[in-house]
Amino acid sequence: MASSNDKHIKQYVISVKVENRFGVLARVAGLFSARGYNIDSLAVSATEQDDVSIMTIVVRGDDRVIEQVKKQLNKLIDIIKVSDHTELPTVEREFVLLKVNALPSKRAEIYQLGEIFKADIADISHKTITLGVKGEPENIDTFIELMRPYGIKELMRTGRVSLLKE
Amino acid sequence: MKMKGAEILIESLKKENVECMFGYPGGVVIPIFHYLFNAPFKFILTRHEQGAVHAADGYARASGKVGVALATSGPGATNCVTGIATAHLDSVPLVVFTGQVKRSQIGNDAFQEVDITGITRPITKHNYLVQDIKDLARIIKEAFYIASTGRPGPVLIDVPVDVSNAEHKFSYPEAVHLRGYKPVYEGHSGQIKKACDLIASAKRPVIYAGGGVVISNASKELREFVRKTAIPVTTTLLGLGVFPETDPLSLEMLGMHGTYYANHAVNESDLLIAVGARFDDRVTGDISEFIPHAKVIHIDIDPASVSKTVPVDIPIVGDCKQVLAEMNQIVKQPKIEEWHAEIEKLKREHPLTYDMTDKGMIKPQYVVEEIYRQTKGDAIICTEVGQNQMWAAQFYKYTQPRSFISSGGLGTMGYGFPAAIGAQLARPDKRVIDIAGDGSIQMNIQELIVAVQHRLPVIVAILNNCFLGMVRQWQQLFYEKRYSHTCLNFAPDFVRLAESYGAVGIRIEKYEEVIPAIRKALEITDKPVILDFQVSREENVYPMIPGGKSFKEIIMRELA
Repeated sequence: MASSNDKHIKQYVISVKVENRFGVLARVAGLFSARGYNIDSLAVSATEQDDVSIMTIVVRGDDRVIEQVKKQLNKLIDIIKVSDHTELPTVEREFVLLKVNALPSKRAEIYQLGEIFKADIADISHKTITLGVKGEPENIDTFIELMRPYGIKELMRTGRVSLLKE
Repeated sequence: MKMKGAEILIESLKKENVECMFGYPGGVVIPIFHYLFNAPFKFILTRHEQGAVHAADGYARASGKVGVALATSGPGATNCVTGIATAHLDSVPLVVFTGQVKRSQIGNDAFQEVDITGITRPITKHNYLVQDIKDLARIIKEAFYIASTGRPGPVLIDVPVDVSNAEHKFSYPEAVHLRGYKPVYEGHSGQIKKACDLIASAKRPVIYAGGGVVISNASKELREFVRKTAIPVTTTLLGLGVFPETDPLSLEMLGMHGTYYANHAVNESDLLIAVGARFDDRVTGDISEFIPHAKVIHIDIDPASVSKTVPVDIPIVGDCKQVLAEMNQIVKQPKIEEWHAEIEKLKREHPLTYDMTDKGMIKPQYVVEEIYRQTKGDAIICTEVGQNQMWAAQFYKYTQPRSFISSGGLGTMGYGFPAAIGAQLARPDKRVIDIAGDGSIQMNIQELIVAVQHRLPVIVAILNNCFLGMVRQWQQLFYEKRYSHTCLNFAPDFVRLAESYGAVGIRIEKYEEVIPAIRKALEITDKPVILDFQVSREENVYPMIPGGKSFKEIIMRELA
């Protein structure tokens, strides 16, 4: 029974409910780092239950390896539930803070684009504007691309959070 | 009544019915040793923390109970790491306590401080840093539960010295509540039915049984399964003994140094029934060439073992013992007379053998065979790692589970002797023999004094070829015979070394001395014996499937 050597690299969104305790994040991250996988984004937060945290992990990898990582995650004592959101109907949101070059002559354009994305103007200086945009990760990608020609000075994304649809 | 943390720890061990603990003192565990002084269970002071963890591991494997070890912070803790990793790879239930600096000093590079929970995170089933004395008893309860249930493994508990010295009321929890840990024991009955259907129509089935059968005490169920189906059985290194190797249906061990017939049968099989085994690379070789014709049934308690490297057709997640018992209710014997005949022929034509015509230096394989004969196959055999381990696996015939104790997954040199001490403490009724090499025995030789102190009649049979033999073998076969740093010509005199420890040492240089030496060792019942067998220096372990290769490339004997 030959195992396939083909690499099926794709992006996965894994949602992990964990005990709200010290050390859990290191255990989870260790399973990825031990395989040489870089986590694209990771959001950790409180949930409706005080003693439960949730992690949304976005990672690229070979499907067999990710399958194995999910099983290994399930084996961790402090992990309550692992769900793979990759192929499931979900609502996803992410937030970006982006500082872009904006000389007075360009401000109006940037405002206009920002409005389309319902951006917050978080800060403004003589040479820059800092905008905050929330939305689906793909919209954030688009917004960043639109800002790129103006010269992005700094950018930071929170990483996505993902909930299954009812 | 309030108790100190250290006393709570000892009281908790009493609640867990601990009978034997291994360890070594140091600064931050003095409070624990204070209460160990009059603990009602045995404490074995090893001479190195690595020895303590290996001894606890040997104790656990020989008895099926949880092994318990204790070490101090810093170097005491890091010395445990190899032992913990050894237990982790072979799924051995251990609870290892380490001391830690006081809580306010953690993270300050304090004297003898290391982040041992960080270091051992990937090599433990779970670990704990006790931050509050009120959690201590609960953590110990959970640790024993986690270590010994599901797929067992080592659990480490790091106890800061000020937690040991703090006071709290002792109450040991009745039950554990771990919502993230619910091992599945019962196999899915639909899957079991499907597996039995597949078995009924198989033409060339093979059972491939591993260490999981030992761990779940499923040897009896496995034997009944074989009695009902007449399917030939091969075992992994760690599965040796779960099915009697003296039985005509036994193919003995498979894999890199397994028998020709086991590897051939697996390779030609149309159905492989894996029970408590994990398709290790030492078993499969080149995964793309492994079992080209077979469907796979895989019974394992660990879902992460299923389809990890080899795709499985019928996975059954559950405890081997329960699943086999359920299968035994409904399984039918397949029609496999032709298969039996083929296997019998293979066994006749390609037996496990070595060059018996050479009457010069003693053959190491002969020493193992003679140990088997002289102990009537009734000993517990521990091994070190390398050629000694493979010959011990090949030429002693195992008929009982827990009679072969060896570091399989991690391949830890220096494991066998301290493990033999642990095994002897667990099984005073059995003779325990460590089959060793001259290299690996030197890795934990300091524990000899422990065997002398406790009057443990462990026999160490050194197959002394003045080489790190397995590495030398690879150098000979694959690295142009360049024996780079594998020659151990400078070696201690093991006989005088034994005597200096108060043990018995016997050197054996001629064939006719082999039997008398083994007999003499077996007559000694109150102290350890070192048998220094001077064996032929460049003997190789065969058969051999070179690493990463397939069964087709098996090497049967010395190439001219």
